[in-house]
Amino acid sequence: MTQTLTQTDPLVIDGIPLGSRLIMGTGGAPSLDGLGAALVASGTELTTVAMRRYSAPAAGSTGGTNLFDLLIENNIRVLPNTAGCFTAREALMTAELGREALETDWVKLEVIADEHTLLPDAVELVEATEALVARGFKVFAYTNDDPVLALRLEQLGAAAVMPLGAPIGTGLGILNPHNIELIVSRASVPVILDAGIGTASDAALAMELGCDAVLLASAVTRAQDPVAMAQAFRHAVIGGRLAAQAGRIPRRTHALASSAMEGRPDL
Amino acid sequence: MSCTVPDPLNAHDLSTDVAVIGGGIIGLGIALQAQRAGHSVTLIDPAPGTGATFAAAGMLAPVSELHYQEENLLPLTLASAALWPGFIQALAEDGYPETGFRSTPTLALGADAADRTALADLREAQTRQGLDVAPLTIREARKREPLLSPNLGAAHLIAHDHQVDPRAVAAAIEARLVAAGAEGQDHTVVRARATALLHEDPFDTRSRTCGVLLDDGRVVRAREVVVANGMGAAGLGGLPEGLVLQLRPVHGDILRLRVPAHLQPLCTATLRGMVRGLPVYVVPRNDGTVVIGASSREDGSAGVNAGSVHQLLRDAQVLLPAVAELELIETTARARPGTPDNAPLLGRVAASDGTEVPGLVIATGFFRHGVLLTPIAALITTQLLAGVRDPAWDRFRPDRFSPALQPQEIP
Repeated sequence: MTQTLTQTDPLVIDGIPLGSRLIMGTGGAPSLDGLGAALVASGTELTTVAMRRYSAPAAGSTGGTNLFDLLIENNIRVLPNTAGCFTAREALMTAELGREALETDWVKLEVIADEHTLLPDAVELVEATEALVARGFKVFAYTNDDPVLALRLEQLGAAAVMPLGAPIGTGLGILNPHNIELIVSRASVPVILDAGIGTASDAALAMELGCDAVLLASAVTRAQDPVAMAQAFRHAVIGGRLAAQAGRIPRRTHALASSAMEGRPDL
Repeated sequence: MSCTVPDPLNAHDLSTDVAVIGGGIIGLGIALQAQRAGHSVTLIDPAPGTGATFAAAGMLAPVSELHYQEENLLPLTLASAALWPGFIQALAEDGYPETGFRSTPTLALGADAADRTALADLREAQTRQGLDVAPLTIREARKREPLLSPNLGAAHLIAHDHQVDPRAVAAAIEARLVAAGAEGQDHTVVRARATALLHEDPFDTRSRTCGVLLDDGRVVRAREVVVANGMGAAGLGGLPEGLVLQLRPVHGDILRLRVPAHLQPLCTATLRGMVRGLPVYVVPRNDGTVVIGASSREDGSAGVNAGSVHQLLRDAQVLLPAVAELELIETTARARPGTPDNAPLLGRVAASDGTEVPGLVIATGFFRHGVLLTPIAALITTQLLAGVRDPAWDRFRPDRFSPALQPQEIP
């Protein structure tokens, strides 16, 4: 079932079909081996890497010795990100670094306001999105769960919008499901729930709210058993996606028996 | 034993029983143990003790270093921690007592409620492994360490996690090696860079290793060669064909600070904090300084990172507000040799036919455990030199990431 689902229901971004709607991050992994095992268990086909935290692969690098080799080995597409940038200018330079090193126009744009909340700085984010789109980048914009801002980013040419469920690393889940639903209902680019995921049900909820994909890192890499948690997310995302498409029953105040009482044999 | 070396044979060439490439604490420890076992040794390093050893804090902390999914490493770290007191004592008996060994305990501290939960979860895992971790009230912890912030979330006492001063240990071992070197032998420590391994059959890198080529053109002929030069190991010429040493630099920034007289002692135990999810430690030294560390970066940048220094000082002050009063005397960055599973590459190398490459032992990839694992690395290596292989350590074989070598099944 899971195989069929991912084949018939791919996530398409910038014309590229992705078989899994779970996008992974790499931060917080205790070991390279452990990270590799967790990524494989998650079934992800797209993984984001902080260009400021990992040295780019050396030209003609031979050994399977770093994170990028690990991703290539497992056939996982790399989405460079600008984590750690506080200004549009830094984000631009970091994005160019990623494009040059990894030969991809895709970039997950993160412009952070301060290190206590790690929340996006909306003003710098808008400016950086505009500039990166003008330079030909496919921008995956990490944004607040603000329906107005999300739409603005789309209008400026973002390839995908990535509203947060809760601040990065908090594991608090989706704090404002209504806003996420609103963002989804008005978006015509993919909406990827990014940040704040703590456990599998959070990811399932994101998909049920209509998100096209979920991005998470710490929830897996900092779990006690990252491989088991990665499997949990793989299934949760598929479950949430199926539920979103299956048409849930309305919420009722009063009970409604699942089988009607009339016409039952009197045994 | 014949040994083919580049022509012409050089009058300056050297000959020894055991050549150890790399004078970090691992190489030094192995050379010392080999010398004690009766071998003549030659340690090859352009500047011994100036790599990761120069940066290391020297915590001997198998309990607080336990990470989820790394339980396989625990028997090795515990065995090595148990060997350290004897290792220190032997050096002292040889006349080298300055090693900075302190048998004071370690306090694991958590800053906020989430850190408290994380430490409690970790304690469960530690206790399941039979390790001794005792919860303290904050008041009890501050009775031991009065300068601790009153504003902490959790404290655990780890009685058996101790420390040494790696710089002092490295200096002591080097001095002992040279003093005990064979009469008239001036090449116990050779300050040159090893560039390649030499083999009995120069066209077969899986034939017996019989020496080391140096960057000054000299050759060290040896019965056994131990490769212990950390990150540099992967770049050596003449490694056995098919051997992949998967090493990557994981840089750490580390600070040294002087404690003014009125704040002495800043702390007596090693303090390991988790501050809003980030690790930081404060290690007190005998000379009244403290070591604060350490970041973990894979950005490939060898210099000291400003953001890491800021973060370490900020988080250390959450544990000990008085850190703000100290004199910052040194910032250092070095690369730890990281492996894919965070465990060392230690042992002999399989040849393709199920035998092992004779004359060669690999001892690198000790990552963040180099100081702790020095005595066990020295013991395992000298056992291998004597033809004794303990299958318990097979899981750390250096060829386990080399598919071409079909490493033996790990039981």
